[in-house]
Amino acid sequence: MNTRELITLSFNAIWGNKMRSFLTTLGITIGVFAIIVLVSIGSGLQAYISSQISSLGPNIMDVIPGNNLMSAFGPGTQNKFTIPLAQKLSDRLAPIAQVAPLAEVLTNVKYKNVVDKNVYAIGSTYNFPKAVVYGKTIMGRWFSQGQEQSGSKVAVIGYTVYTKFFSNKNPIGEKIFVGNEKYTVVGVAEKNGASLGVDHDNVVYIPIEAVHSQFGVDRLMEIVVNTNSENNVPIVKKQINAILSKDLNPDEYSIQTGDSLSKTLSNITGMLSLALGGIAAISLLVGGIGVANIMLVSVTERTKEIGLRKALGAKRKDILSQFLLESVMLSMTGGIVGILLGMIASIIIAMILVSSVTFWSVALAFCFSVAVGIIFGMAPAIRASKLSPIDALRYE
Amino acid sequence: MKKNSIIKMVDIAKVYDGGEFHTQALKDIDLDVESGDFLAITGRSGSGKSTLMHIIGLLDTPSSGKYILNGTDVSKLDEDEQALQRNKEIGFVFQQFNLLPKLSALDNVILPSIYAGTASKERTEKADMLLTMLGLADHINKRPNQMSGGQQQRVAIARALMNDPELILADEPTGNLDTASGDDVMKTLKQLNKEGKTIVLITHEHDIALQARKILHLEDGRLIEK
Repeated sequence: MNTRELITLSFNAIWGNKMRSFLTTLGITIGVFAIIVLVSIGSGLQAYISSQISSLGPNIMDVIPGNNLMSAFGPGTQNKFTIPLAQKLSDRLAPIAQVAPLAEVLTNVKYKNVVDKNVYAIGSTYNFPKAVVYGKTIMGRWFSQGQEQSGSKVAVIGYTVYTKFFSNKNPIGEKIFVGNEKYTVVGVAEKNGASLGVDHDNVVYIPIEAVHSQFGVDRLMEIVVNTNSENNVPIVKKQINAILSKDLNPDEYSIQTGDSLSKTLSNITGMLSLALGGIAAISLLVGGIGVANIMLVSVTERTKEIGLRKALGAKRKDILSQFLLESVMLSMTGGIVGILLGMIASIIIAMILVSSVTFWSVALAFCFSVAVGIIFGMAPAIRASKLSPIDALRYE
Repeated sequence: MKKNSIIKMVDIAKVYDGGEFHTQALKDIDLDVESGDFLAITGRSGSGKSTLMHIIGLLDTPSSGKYILNGTDVSKLDEDEQALQRNKEIGFVFQQFNLLPKLSALDNVILPSIYAGTASKERTEKADMLLTMLGLADHINKRPNQMSGGQQQRVAIARALMNDPELILADEPTGNLDTASGDDVMKTLKQLNKEGKTIVLITHEHDIALQARKILHLEDGRLIEK
């Protein structure tokens, strides 16, 4: 019996029992669907986090106040990052690294009669475009060192602010209110995107001194250091340590490189993906038991057919492959449908949350569903192949 | 001139040993069926008819004795070797027809040749030819439940002829048929015998057995020539 005949035979058997085959397949479909979707969410998170980190770039370091990432957000650690400190770092690290301090404050922005009360004013220096990956302008230009030093009230607006206030108009040279002061728009920053519901483009960038003098903010959120080349990262890191350790205790600052951060976080999200996949695998197991059950029923129902086939010359191997293939086809069909539905669902989820279908989850789910068919189809198929033709023919 | 033996059985016995129950189903069976014979084996139910038919048809193995089928010693074959011999040497006709209900007449006839590995085109042509020969040209694509009992049994005969076996083993072939259809099936078997097929017919009906050229009677597991 050749493969094509076996496939036709199994297909006919499956097609001949549409409802039953559908329900059996459904169990596998749900299991595979769950695996694809959960793993996609897991690896979507992973990809999201590493993209956030790599938006820093491999040659970029974040120097943040506090001794680690967590305490930087929490209370209790006194922030000792000041504008002069950043200036010192900038002077010392030039020319092998570009330094940009960041300080932010929530304020309102007004243009003509339109007001937005939830805009972050981010203070930085003329160095910002050289240090930060997303610091390019799509219109106008970044404020210059001269403008910054002369205390000009100049602003680079984020993309959302641009579309909200200026729609199709050219904003360059227009006056807007940031807080209570009038600023001249000199540029529009490129899109930085949104993450987890926070729009990173609803911002205005102004000289850091203005944030200090106008809003009274004298502590920095972070200092971005761009080494221009990944190879320089270790040297620059050493230099930063040397410079900062003169003014700060070791627990009052920390240096995050994209590398160290992404390693930790990808470990966490990797574990998360595995855990989610594992939970989903349980439902696939249940689906597999459903396949085994139906195959046992099918063997019992077709005892007479098996007996006849054997009487007419079918060998054990023929009967075994017939039933095994049937169960593999059932679970494989379930697997393929589950993969397709899972991919569609992941794409929909990706529109709201983060999710990315990975090749390995699709491949794994497919192999899993085939394996389920083989493992759970084996016992019924062996039982069928062992039936004696006489007993089977007599069976009513 | 002596013809070849298709079936040569020497001292065949079959014992069912089920612990407390020890049943001697067949004993001292010596049987010689020559090529081209038409033999009827009769007997009451419980006489060992079915057991003998199973052993002749390689569906069961004898407990002792020697069985040569068409020149091959088949006394001690394993399951798969038996399957191969059945497929090649024997065409079965059963009382219950045993057609697969979901297959067309054509696909039912094709079955034995699938396991023989015959090419797809060749076997379709052959099955078509056999069904036509047996007067079922209009029923080729019908399913068993769309045909009468007599027609179904003729499909089964076509199936038995599919791999060109020497031997047709018919187990109560008229048992489920009305007289007219039964006569029809017997006529077909006689015609096949005329064309050279060896036929072994197992039946409990005396008038059916009389249509064979030779009758053997089974009683309590022993063969008695009449």
